[in-house]
Amino acid sequence: MTVIDLTRDGGPTGSERISLEANLSPKRRAADVAATIAMFLSFAVAAIPLALIIGYVFSKGGQVVDLKFLTEEIPNSYRRVGPGMGPAVVGTVIITAAASVMAIPLGILGAIYLNEYGKQNRLARTIRFMTDVMTGVPSVVMGVFIYVVWVLRFKAQTGFAGALALACLMLPIVIRATEEMLKLVPDELRLASLALGARRWRTTLTVVLPAALPGITSGAMLAVARAAGETAPIVLVTGLTFQTNWNLFEGNNTTLAAQIFRNASQPYEGAQLRAYGAAFTLILLVFACTIAARLISNRFATKR
Amino acid sequence: MTTNEEDDVTTTPHDVNDARTAPARLTASSAADAGARGDAAPGKVVFEATDLSVFYGDFRAVREVTLDIRQHEIAAFIGPSGCGKSTVLRCFNRMNDVITGARVEGDLRYHGVDVYGPKVEPVEVRRRIGMVFQKPNPFPKSIFDNVAYGPRIAGTKNKAELTDIVERSLQQAALWDEVKDRLHKSALGLSGGQQQRLCIARAVAVDPEVLLMDEPCSALDPIATGRIEDLMEEIKTDYTIIIVTHNMQQAARVSDRCAFFTTEVSEVSDTRTGVLVEYDTTEKMFSNPSDERTENYVTGRFG
Repeated sequence: MTVIDLTRDGGPTGSERISLEANLSPKRRAADVAATIAMFLSFAVAAIPLALIIGYVFSKGGQVVDLKFLTEEIPNSYRRVGPGMGPAVVGTVIITAAASVMAIPLGILGAIYLNEYGKQNRLARTIRFMTDVMTGVPSVVMGVFIYVVWVLRFKAQTGFAGALALACLMLPIVIRATEEMLKLVPDELRLASLALGARRWRTTLTVVLPAALPGITSGAMLAVARAAGETAPIVLVTGLTFQTNWNLFEGNNTTLAAQIFRNASQPYEGAQLRAYGAAFTLILLVFACTIAARLISNRFATKR
Repeated sequence: MTTNEEDDVTTTPHDVNDARTAPARLTASSAADAGARGDAAPGKVVFEATDLSVFYGDFRAVREVTLDIRQHEIAAFIGPSGCGKSTVLRCFNRMNDVITGARVEGDLRYHGVDVYGPKVEPVEVRRRIGMVFQKPNPFPKSIFDNVAYGPRIAGTKNKAELTDIVERSLQQAALWDEVKDRLHKSALGLSGGQQQRLCIARAVAVDPEVLLMDEPCSALDPIATGRIEDLMEEIKTDYTIIIVTHNMQQAARVSDRCAFFTTEVSEVSDTRTGVLVEYDTTEKMFSNPSDERTENYVTGRFG
């Protein structure tokens, strides 16, 4: 009778039993266990700093953040203990919002051009290359650029100058993230739409964009989070204020990130606590913004 | 090749020209053939292709195809892979336009109108000539929105009207009973066969005259295939169907006329070009083809 042996190492011949068991050597078993442990440890090591940062900021900042902290003016002396960060909260919200309004639609339209119209032509390839280069430009360089072309020309540091710098930083992220998402939309869907007599713009608007929307939202929120946390360009082009300034186009402004930078570098307890409070507020703000964007995009996204 | 073009039933003024200038027209509609089939009145000609060639860049993918498609008939394109039958199919609704570098030469007329005329709008062509693809490709939207997509882009906004169209189209595609309770659920939850019938419903919702089917059953099991074939037989009274298939039994089962394509390898440049070998009634193609290559293919000796 023929012996059927399905074990990996090949069993002893002559036996008539059929074995379907893995016959691993002790060495292989040890390697298996070691690899599993190594993977778990890498995850733990990667997660530890993240947990520490969030835990530390929450415990330190959580102490000081309350309604008063979020709304009151910033004390004009770093020595003073006590709230507030009101001007920085307002500044962060309006500057980031203005930057998003400029960068996100422009970025999405640019990505639509690249993926749906330009494809591999010379202009599209050039834009794609420039976008990649722009992604790597340090934020302080973008700040200096806006300082030279905008602040020096109008002789004023304003919130809008900050928004411009942030928009320049967001644009390449939005373009590349959106283009990647548009690439993932299967061509069959575009063909199906075209075959039904839809024009290209209609296909893009009713088939391609809805299918890519969740990913586009993620990319846009990544850009928003990065912009909200930018410090160098803000410090350079928006100046500093201790009073709330709702006007983007007139007067200096400030943001949470800039306040973290200024307060944390002071030797005074009060300033340092305010820096923690600002960090905590910034994290909550970005978090809330991401959740809101998800909820909104889920309403328009195509059902899976 | 049939050479009796004088016997061609002339239904459009262009046939007069063709008889003078075009090479032998590979139609099965010659009076003799029609008589042999006991088919008294062959249908009206919907498409006339004359010397149709398709290029991808400099490469000629298909060479000089000449054939007629008749109304309310099912025409099947068969042949080995890469012989250009899908490429020819995509000429009929100008879907080759969206492929970069693709170019069509020769003459293609739809009811006598030049499909590749300078003023022709591809969008208008595609609204009259629907297409079903090889892989079911429903939009990631609800079943209702999938079927209503075409009518909506054509300008139908009235909700009651759309509901009517959706129900009628789904019934035509023999899908209504299976989905009527979940019209607003995602189309991606349907099985492969149901998705393909949904795509057929979506294509017929815009009320096209011609339905192009590019291997519509190649991703389906025999039962789903059978349903689609029954469906084609049913709707052919309303539509004219051109189907590309790899499955010769399918071509024999469903089609009225059959075109056999093959590839010719050039000895000079070693490039492969698709050519139309023979176009005739399905009965003749499978029982008594004129060309040896057709006979070899349909009997399974080649390809």
